[in-house]
Amino acid sequence: MKLSGAEILLEALRLEGVEKIFGYPGGAVLDIYDRLPFTNLQHYLTRHEQGAAHAADGYARVTGKVGVCFATSGPGATNLVTGLATAQIDSVPVVAFTGNVPTFMIGNDAFQEVDTVGVTRPITKHNFLVKDVKDLADTVKKAFYIAKTGRPGVVLVDLPKDVTREIADFFEEEYKAPPQIRSYKPVLKGHPGQIKKAAKAIASAERPVLYIGGGVVSSGASDLVVKLAEVAQIPMVATLMGLTAVPGKHPQFFGMLGMHGTYAANMAVSECDLLIAIGARFDDRVTGKLSEFAKNAKVIHIDVDSAEIGKNKPVDIPIVGDAKLILEELLPEVEKQVSKNREFLVSREKWLMKIRSWADRYPLYYEPNDRVIKPQFVIEKICEVTNGDAIITTDVGQHQMWVAQYYKFRFPRQLVTSGGLGTMGFGVPAAIGAKVGRPDKIVFCVSGDGSFQMNMQEIVTAVQYSIPIKVAIINNGFLGMVRQWQGIFYNKNYSQVHMDVQPDFVKLVEAMGGVGFRVERPQDVEKVLKEAMTINDRPVVIDFVVDREEDVFPMVPPGGSLKEMILPKYGKKSLEKAV
Amino acid sequence: MEKKEYRKHVISVLVENQPGALARIIELFSSRGYNIESLNVGQTEDPTISRITMVAKGDEHTIEQIVKQLRRLIDVFKVRNLTDKKKLDRELLIVRLNVETAEKKEEVKRLVDIFGAQIVDVSQDTYTVELTGDEDQIDAFLQLIKPLGIREMARTGRVAMVRALQGDTFEDKH
Ligand SMILES: Cc1ncc(C[n+]2csc(CCOP(=O)(O)OP(=O)(O)O)c2C)c(N)n1
Repeated sequence: MKLSGAEILLEALRLEGVEKIFGYPGGAVLDIYDRLPFTNLQHYLTRHEQGAAHAADGYARVTGKVGVCFATSGPGATNLVTGLATAQIDSVPVVAFTGNVPTFMIGNDAFQEVDTVGVTRPITKHNFLVKDVKDLADTVKKAFYIAKTGRPGVVLVDLPKDVTREIADFFEEEYKAPPQIRSYKPVLKGHPGQIKKAAKAIASAERPVLYIGGGVVSSGASDLVVKLAEVAQIPMVATLMGLTAVPGKHPQFFGMLGMHGTYAANMAVSECDLLIAIGARFDDRVTGKLSEFAKNAKVIHIDVDSAEIGKNKPVDIPIVGDAKLILEELLPEVEKQVSKNREFLVSREKWLMKIRSWADRYPLYYEPNDRVIKPQFVIEKICEVTNGDAIITTDVGQHQMWVAQYYKFRFPRQLVTSGGLGTMGFGVPAAIGAKVGRPDKIVFCVSGDGSFQMNMQEIVTAVQYSIPIKVAIINNGFLGMVRQWQGIFYNKNYSQVHMDVQPDFVKLVEAMGGVGFRVERPQDVEKVLKEAMTINDRPVVIDFVVDREEDVFPMVPPGGSLKEMILPKYGKKSLEKAV
Repeated sequence: MEKKEYRKHVISVLVENQPGALARIIELFSSRGYNIESLNVGQTEDPTISRITMVAKGDEHTIEQIVKQLRRLIDVFKVRNLTDKKKLDRELLIVRLNVETAEKKEEVKRLVDIFGAQIVDVSQDTYTVELTGDEDQIDAFLQLIKPLGIREMARTGRVAMVRALQGDTFEDKH
């Protein structure tokens, strides 16, 4: 079949099973947009390319499919950068297509020319510049394959305008053949000897802890991890990215670890004798002072990316491969070991009790108040009203940490948050992508007043396509998380964090075509949330005016060990510092 | 952590011979603040594959990280740390020397002879010498001719290959 480059691209997308695209047109991609209406692909016109990238990312995070976004050359491509970096660092499969000036003009500083592959090289898993239409189909095929296999990530394909115009042969059968990339062969199956070793270590440890990362969610290994925990009576803690891998109310789950982790989770990791890290990468926000992190523990590290193993922390038993495939092999081994030797379960029981007593003694806590809204209270209410069943997207800051602490998740892929890059402005467009991917779910974006203002224009996108996302702005009139740091580490020198001048969010959202509410009293929180739940054809934004100087606790000061937590003031107990 | 021993490592990489591949490798080093002492790229027997020989200084942990990060690149076929392998390890030096006097000319000829180098260009008061050898030979030669007055020099950085006796040529990527 003879097709233009643009048509080849769209055919290839169809064959990849792509249904939704987020994008923004421009001169360099006009040939593609010209053919787009003649396909079944549904395109969402965002209001900014950053929004398109985040939406594709949100879509990918909730569906497990590859997210796709389009942008034009030059400013279109550079506007994608933050979005691509955000997805890449959190290992989200996204393929981005950018237009570029015609091949003969590349390198000439032509109008709207940017070296897009150069700019995006450090923030993608891989990228391509297609110079010949004959290579286009094969490149698209490779792009999808690379994005979704091994450690998932972002692939960018840069398409000069002449490449999308020229004609070439396209054969569907040929496209369907498996891609050939001779230098790329991700390892998926774990080493059997290492798996046996791990099973032995798991059976003989006295105080093991499962440290669950985002890789568990993306490989679909959640059930297996929970099963492992149950079979061998191991307590579980999770990173921000790993939170939804485990039911939030599981009796062996002790919440998030790290800088804003629970007391129980951080102590469990500090005191364990075996740390079983699965799909987690020992980020500094998780480990605190590295030399103190799980200091006396043997470490098992399961990860699909061998480069992550031993990167930050020496590992005793490394297992490279896909978490799900490895756990399928590991579980029966552990079961064998457990049935051989049941006495060790006694020591496990003691260990679990110890952690439970930490959790009881130092729970997550905030001082209730009936005059001013506590931000944590809003999250608890959102959890209640949505029955713990909503997909939650967040922006970045205190509200994000409160979501991680107070929303009890029930199923994998339920939390969409920028963990690795911490990108403000992520929440709203990611919620759009999430709702497009999971129209059957309530999608709630929890944002801050600062973050919301970074991509609030995307509310208009939601209006245009009748996407009924719900946004809760936790409005403290501050760049809250920065203010918290200034409060604790910079002597309350609140430099440039006041957001006193703000739009009237209700009017603003109404002007954009959505529904707006403002809530100022604790007793109205639930009522308005319930009302928001009834709106199904438009975005809703609720501006929660909250206690201005509430801080997120526990908090491990940067560079401190996980044991050095600043704890909340436990009312009368007033235990300011536990250690 | 293992004890930190800084030494020179020789890393050999086989990579797709296509634009962007080398840039990715260099960027991997620069973005992580690793220093490359020398870097050499050339075609292999398969023109679609290039061999890169890199010399980088670092402790074992850092070098292991570099190797892992290199393996992760999509364009990279194979990576091998040749530091402790029996290998053929060569560098090319071209150096232009001041030889204003007859004694100097004689001295250069003598050293060229001993080292198996060659004089490849001559002017009234300069000799240009070419020498191939391992790093020690080149360093030794340079040290001896330095007092004569080096006007200009270029060295390629090392290229290396495992000796045939070593059997295997290259492990697979993972
Ligand atoms: C794009 C971007 N710029 C700056 C930051 C640094 N930063 C981290 S949290 C934060 C404050 C966020 O304020 P807000 O959205 O109001 O949320 P809050 O912390 O008050 O809940 C800032 C500025 C960031 N994470 N992302």
